[in-house]
Amino acid sequence: MQYTLSILVENQAGVLSKISGLFSRRGFNIDSLAVGVTADPGISRITIVANGDEYVVEQLEKQLNKVIPVIKVKRLTEGEFISRELILIKVHCAASKRSEIIKTAELMQAKIVDAAPSCVTVEYCETSSRVKTLIDMLKPYGIREIVRTGTIAIDRGNSAVSV
Amino acid sequence: MISGAEIMVKCLEAEGIKVIFGYPGATICPFYDKIYDSDIKHILVRQEQNAAHAASGYARCSGKPGVCVATSGPGATNLITGIATAYTDSIPMVAITGQVKSDLLGRDVFQEADITGACEPFVKHSYIVNKTEDLPRVFREAFHIASTGRKGPVLIDIPMDIQENEIEEFVYPEKVNIPGYKPTTKGHAIQIKRAVEAIKNSKRPLIVSGGGVLLSGVKPKFQKFADNTKIPVISTMMGIGVMPSDHEMYLGMLGTHGKRVANRALYEADLVIVCGARLGDRAVAAPHQMSENNTVIHIDIDPAEIGKNVKTEIPIVGDMKNVMNMLIEEIGDYQVPKLWQDTVKTWKKELFRIPPVFDGFVELRTLVSHLSAMLRSKAILVADVGQNQIWCANNFRIREGRFLTTGGMGTMGYSIPAAVGAKFARPTRDVVVVCGDGSFQMSMNELATISGNNLAIKIIIMRNHRLGMVRELQDNNYNKRHSATVLQGDPDFLKIAEAYGIDHAEANSNEEAEEIIKKMVKSDKPFILVCNVYPDTPSI
Ligand SMILES: Cc1ncc(C[n+]2csc(CCOP(=O)(O)OP(=O)(O)O)c2C)c(N)n1
Ligand SMILES: [Mg+2]
Repeated sequence: MQYTLSILVENQAGVLSKISGLFSRRGFNIDSLAVGVTADPGISRITIVANGDEYVVEQLEKQLNKVIPVIKVKRLTEGEFISRELILIKVHCAASKRSEIIKTAELMQAKIVDAAPSCVTVEYCETSSRVKTLIDMLKPYGIREIVRTGTIAIDRGNSAVSV
Repeated sequence: MISGAEIMVKCLEAEGIKVIFGYPGATICPFYDKIYDSDIKHILVRQEQNAAHAASGYARCSGKPGVCVATSGPGATNLITGIATAYTDSIPMVAITGQVKSDLLGRDVFQEADITGACEPFVKHSYIVNKTEDLPRVFREAFHIASTGRKGPVLIDIPMDIQENEIEEFVYPEKVNIPGYKPTTKGHAIQIKRAVEAIKNSKRPLIVSGGGVLLSGVKPKFQKFADNTKIPVISTMMGIGVMPSDHEMYLGMLGTHGKRVANRALYEADLVIVCGARLGDRAVAAPHQMSENNTVIHIDIDPAEIGKNVKTEIPIVGDMKNVMNMLIEEIGDYQVPKLWQDTVKTWKKELFRIPPVFDGFVELRTLVSHLSAMLRSKAILVADVGQNQIWCANNFRIREGRFLTTGGMGTMGYSIPAAVGAKFARPTRDVVVVCGDGSFQMSMNELATISGNNLAIKIIIMRNHRLGMVRELQDNNYNKRHSATVLQGDPDFLKIAEAYGIDHAEANSNEEAEEIIKKMVKSDKPFILVCNVYPDTPSI
């Protein structure tokens, strides 16, 4: 089961290692992790996407809550949040394939942000499953490099993870 | 103007600290220079790990956080085992380490060690102080965190320049405000109602008590609850002492090294009330089996413990103190069904069996079971790790005193330094150590601390010339191949005692040993009694 945790932490040195350590020491892998400051500069948000069964997630939530600088932990409910990740893909691109690649990008509503004689760079900001689709579609042309962020996520509607 | 080092001392004074345990070095010298003028007593141990164990023994017997101090680098790394031991046993402790100057951090200079990094999995929280101004807040928070919620060690790492810098004035904050730290202390009223209902509906309820009951200082209330309801009690190793051993409804320690009747009670109970225990694998080897047979009510201050090892139907998060009050109130004059009470009373008769005696040796289980009667009722027994620990756990007839040992980590060498801390916390009580010949040699350097402070600690060494418990494991699981479990080259412990100026004697029979013990408890000086035990005595 994949799950997404939204964690508010005090913005101080060492918090990230405390949190990532909780996962690694218990033998759990993190699929993605994103950190950024919130509207309050003293508080940062960490968004973690990981895999595990119900027991594991519950344990992690409880253990995370025990970390002193962690202010709040919320598991986002499947289907009730919006998530995005940003990816930059450098695709091998012979002149003959250029228009095909541009069409693919257009179809997926991705942007071409850079071009060189033998490659283009595509920028895409979407859910991780759409990002995967785009990667699959561009793979046949030859991917030179991928750079992507961790997933960030926010509740739909009125609900919010705040202090 | 006031220096960081003076502030550190003032913070400790503000916390009411009377004794600290430590070992100096260059980067903590500014602090040591100031503690020299303070009324706080500094006890110089002989190795930093023992400063942490002493702080632990002090904390457990005084109910207040213990404090240990070390220098940077090797001093700090030596503390780690002691800190980790305190962490697994949830002992309130504040560990203070010196650190290299702030501008040298990260350059791998002389005696720099990333101690907060190294201790991360073993501390409740840690700080590196980077401004002298922060010291009062950090100390205030550290003591608060260590001694509230689920207790545990907090580490404060203080670079030398932070200790040297001066600021305008010292103000100790009255309040703490840590947004991410608000432990739940009051039990949920609805859960309490559900729990009481479950108890009233059960035929064979049982209480499993852990160290949490002792840590929350709720022992008298707890005993009242058990007495009034007649619910039988078993305990984990850390919970020994919550009930007097001879209480009619107390069935001893559970687990792989515990009492058969305790395990039997756990198996046959239809409702188990777990109080402040994590139920690790040594306590309940097959936790899934346990929850198949019975309904579980789990009371703990730490929500993360609930459902971790044992499936729980009724969780109650809160401080045992509050929860006990609520339970006593809610349960009224309910008493356990007569049939179950009678069953427990018959089992109770099997609790202490008399083991066979081997000529020319002290039978230690028998000696330990007679020990309590030779001591005053509030005596503190500190057991080390190994067979000696199991013998003590299962045979000491505790009355109003304490049984100290390391249940979570099982750290050899714990007993002697922990006894030092216990004696400072409770100078008028009998403090007795029981340790193995292996574990004695892990901290016998602390005989100097005992001798130097004339601490009337009585040490009973069980000499079997081997690492008994591991050897037993080899006998059972490794074809009796005794790899590295024979203690060759051991010194004459009596001569060691002599060298430290400590009174001593040796016993080869129970009569002899008891004779010596009766004499040694009367003296106000330390004493070492070496008991030769039959080497093949089993743990249980
Ligand atoms: C620091 C440490 N090292 C190793 C062990 C593993 N260990 C557990 S019991 C034991 C033997 C203890 O020997 P001794 O102190 O002589 O006690 P005995 O079992 O003989 O009573 C050992 C080595 C441990 N618990 N702690
Ligand atoms: Mg031994």
